[in-house]
Amino acid sequence: MVIIQIANLVATSFPNGMSHYLIGGILIGGSVVFMYLTTGQIVGASTMLETTVSYYSKLEWFQQEGFVSSRDWRLVFTIGLIVGAAGYTLVSGAAQWMTEVQWWRLLIGGLFIGIGARLGKGCTSGHGICGLASFSPTSLINVIVFLGIAIIVAHLTEIAGVVP
Amino acid sequence: MNRSRKILVAAFIGGIIFGIGLTISKMTHPEVVLDFLQLDDLGLLLVMGGGATVAAIGFQIGTRTGKSAPLTGKKYGLREREFDKDVIIGGVIFGIGWGIAGVCPGPAFASLGIGNYAIVWSIAGMILGAHIHGFIRENRSS
Repeated sequence: MVIIQIANLVATSFPNGMSHYLIGGILIGGSVVFMYLTTGQIVGASTMLETTVSYYSKLEWFQQEGFVSSRDWRLVFTIGLIVGAAGYTLVSGAAQWMTEVQWWRLLIGGLFIGIGARLGKGCTSGHGICGLASFSPTSLINVIVFLGIAIIVAHLTEIAGVVP
Repeated sequence: MNRSRKILVAAFIGGIIFGIGLTISKMTHPEVVLDFLQLDDLGLLLVMGGGATVAAIGFQIGTRTGKSAPLTGKKYGLREREFDKDVIIGGVIFGIGWGIAGVCPGPAFASLGIGNYAIVWSIAGMILGAHIHGFIRENRSS
């Protein structure tokens, strides 16, 4: 009985299956470990937003040593993200896919994400994967806060009838 | 090949693997992330949990050797950030954005690779956000 209940709970919690999520997660973790063991760098995707601005902004904040010295590899890593996604899509024969989420949601969301990720010292990859993997209390607190707030906001958006 | 060139090659390979992982797990689809945030499909927890578990094993291996990374000479350490009120405020702002768009920085770029060009709106927003953050920091320090 208990086993059937657990099986039902899993089926309703993961209506689209579990394996592709786990495989994807393991590859993401594998990428982090690869970068770590070869370069000692712990990657986070959002730092790139600021280091790339350092190429053209004269503001002292963007010209800090840590940004200027890591901007090349962080930009290359980001290009790798695009190439990896495009390569996998081509090889797997998947069709091009376009979101139906409205442009203003993407834009306003992106604006908040850019400010929040940098002020909060990391995002879903920096805090969510690498920070948690480092057992960092700072990252755990940040993840709990952004997860909780995002779940509330996503529900409010749905209640407000904004679909998609 | 000199050291800095090797670091760029490593970053390119690392980015490709990361991008494939984001694509397979469909984190490139804002709809999938929003499904998670609306608690209809908890798959994102498997992505984050799976990634963090693998990363934790790698970090433990690295730090326990007490050695340095071959390409940079950087000592293997952990990701530690000082806790202050910015961690909370930043988390709240990030959470609002994530809840509105279902997008975060890594998946936004990978999403370009699957042909989801509408994501340019989010990338533009994030870069603008980074500028605003830099402006805030600049004024705070002066």
